[in-house]
Amino acid sequence: MTQPIIEVKDLKINLGGNWVHDGLSLTVMQGEILAIVGGSGSGKTTLLREMLLLQRPDAGSVKIFNENIMTLNTNDFLKIQQRWGVLFQQNALFSSFTLLENVAFPLHEHTTLSPRTIRELALLKILLVGLPKDSANKYPSELSGGMQKRAGLARAIVLDPELLFLDEPTSGLDPQSAEAFDELVLNLQETLGLTVVMVTHDIDSLWCVTDRVAMLGKGKVLCVDSMPELIKNKNPLIQEFFNGPRGRAVRDIYQQKGK
Amino acid sequence: MSMQEMASIKFDSKNNLITCQGEWTLAQLPHLENAISQLNDISAHNVTLDGSAVSKIDSAGAWLLTQFLNKISMSDAINHFESFAIPQQKLLDLVTKYRVEADTIPYAKDLSWLEKIGKTSVTYSKDFYSFLAFVGKLGTEFLLTIKNPATFRWKAFMSIIESAGFQALMIIALLSCMIGVVITYQMGLQLKTYGANIFIVDLLGLAILREFAPLITAIMVAGRTGSAFTAQLGTMKLNQEIDALNTMGVSPASLLFLPRVIGLTLVLPLLTMWADIFGIVGGMIMSNNMLDISWADFLNRFHHVVSLRSFLIGIGKAPVFALIISAIGCFEGNEVELNADSIGKQTTKSVVLSIFFIIIADAAFSIIFSKLKL
Repeated sequence: MTQPIIEVKDLKINLGGNWVHDGLSLTVMQGEILAIVGGSGSGKTTLLREMLLLQRPDAGSVKIFNENIMTLNTNDFLKIQQRWGVLFQQNALFSSFTLLENVAFPLHEHTTLSPRTIRELALLKILLVGLPKDSANKYPSELSGGMQKRAGLARAIVLDPELLFLDEPTSGLDPQSAEAFDELVLNLQETLGLTVVMVTHDIDSLWCVTDRVAMLGKGKVLCVDSMPELIKNKNPLIQEFFNGPRGRAVRDIYQQKGK
Repeated sequence: MSMQEMASIKFDSKNNLITCQGEWTLAQLPHLENAISQLNDISAHNVTLDGSAVSKIDSAGAWLLTQFLNKISMSDAINHFESFAIPQQKLLDLVTKYRVEADTIPYAKDLSWLEKIGKTSVTYSKDFYSFLAFVGKLGTEFLLTIKNPATFRWKAFMSIIESAGFQALMIIALLSCMIGVVITYQMGLQLKTYGANIFIVDLLGLAILREFAPLITAIMVAGRTGSAFTAQLGTMKLNQEIDALNTMGVSPASLLFLPRVIGLTLVLPLLTMWADIFGIVGGMIMSNNMLDISWADFLNRFHHVVSLRSFLIGIGKAPVFALIISAIGCFEGNEVELNADSIGKQTTKSVVLSIFFIIIADAAFSIIFSKLKL
């Protein structure tokens, strides 16, 4: 954790007459797994979309790999785009492509490798995320929800990015698959040396995967800290979020594990 | 970021030593592949691998290295990676574990021509079967509605009349007016050479009322409304809205399909009549300009030579065309599968099939009417 990889400063955005971000600042360090949490409508997904430049904020700056992405020209921005991977909430797999074609797509677009090399690299990623070999020629609609998530992850890491964005990676998965997915993310993060930014609601994920958690509220980041520290924060919004019956139950489990 | 270090791989045949250096990343992969292809004469015995100078390796680089080691049959022993940094070793071990040849993926085998014919026939017969089932369901729903008229969805019915009928008035008027102009121009040129200018009234009246107005209107409505039916119902299916209706005990047939079918069946004859008027008007304007037939002459001759029967035959075809368009439109919408591709495919299919069957039906009508001497 040496240098910042994302620096968001004084972000402001008004959506539908509402200041969703009102001077939001956040820094993500290299090599960490940072989760963004907050209640519904607190602007988690908006923040993610702003980092990916899918949405332009009204004011403020977003620096990724030390470059202000809002002022970059198309070519330089393309270079940044090749250094990050994104897993969308609905996976966003191309439904007319097979799984292998889906994963190979960024390689076809951005490298000059031979088709054979591309196929093998894509297949390696498919196996790395724990999908069986024979799923490679299936279409996304033939895969289960959990497998689609893994497929989306395989596509996100196929260019060996340094930075990985995950939008609610475990939503819609059964507890077992969610747990396996968390482990997978941890594993890949360690071996591939990724920096991971994830938006999540899953309190289990927060405890077992993340290094730091950023809590959004009132258009700002209320607090960024590791889970055990974050829940000690006295801010009523944070207390409300983590001290419901579910939050307490999960906390107790992980705190006992910790001891 | 500093300049990228060039990656390289070298083989020292004296010491049997393979040395890897630099950044083994995806960006360097074409260069490395090239370098590897130039390495020859590596004997698999006692070769050692030195990766201490590798500054960075990602999974693409690791894949290439393991691929290479496999080729010179060094892959069995994993401890070749001792000289790499610890995180790099982990990655190399992981990639070694998962590396497979892409050739070993089972591809779906190509079907022979006989199998293809068989498969296509089965698909078409299945499609036809489910279309019959769909029409049957619509029919029973229609009978149920007749038995209990209070259950008819008037609101949905009215909105179909508005979108499929009222909103199509402008475009149909314009289109049929143009058709009238075009026919008069083409036929007028021929008639003029015989000095038979006034016969344009007969030709125009019969052609527009019997054939062009019903056909053009039906094709326009198939493109405009049939595709809209498929897309709307397909989106609802994709959104599980149709499933939701079914679980609430509301039949999608009565709420969605029946108002569309009945609405269109009512609206299309009206639109055809509208097209009749503008087709004739277009022809009249052209006759007036090109063939010197005055408005009065035209109208005077019109009701003598064009019988009411021609008009009724044209209007009579419209409900049949409407049934074809609405039934196919609703059916294809209902057949949408749960992927984004499907809506486009079904919509195309709906329009193509509608127009195909409209023309088939029109040909059938022509044959029947000529046999009946109508």
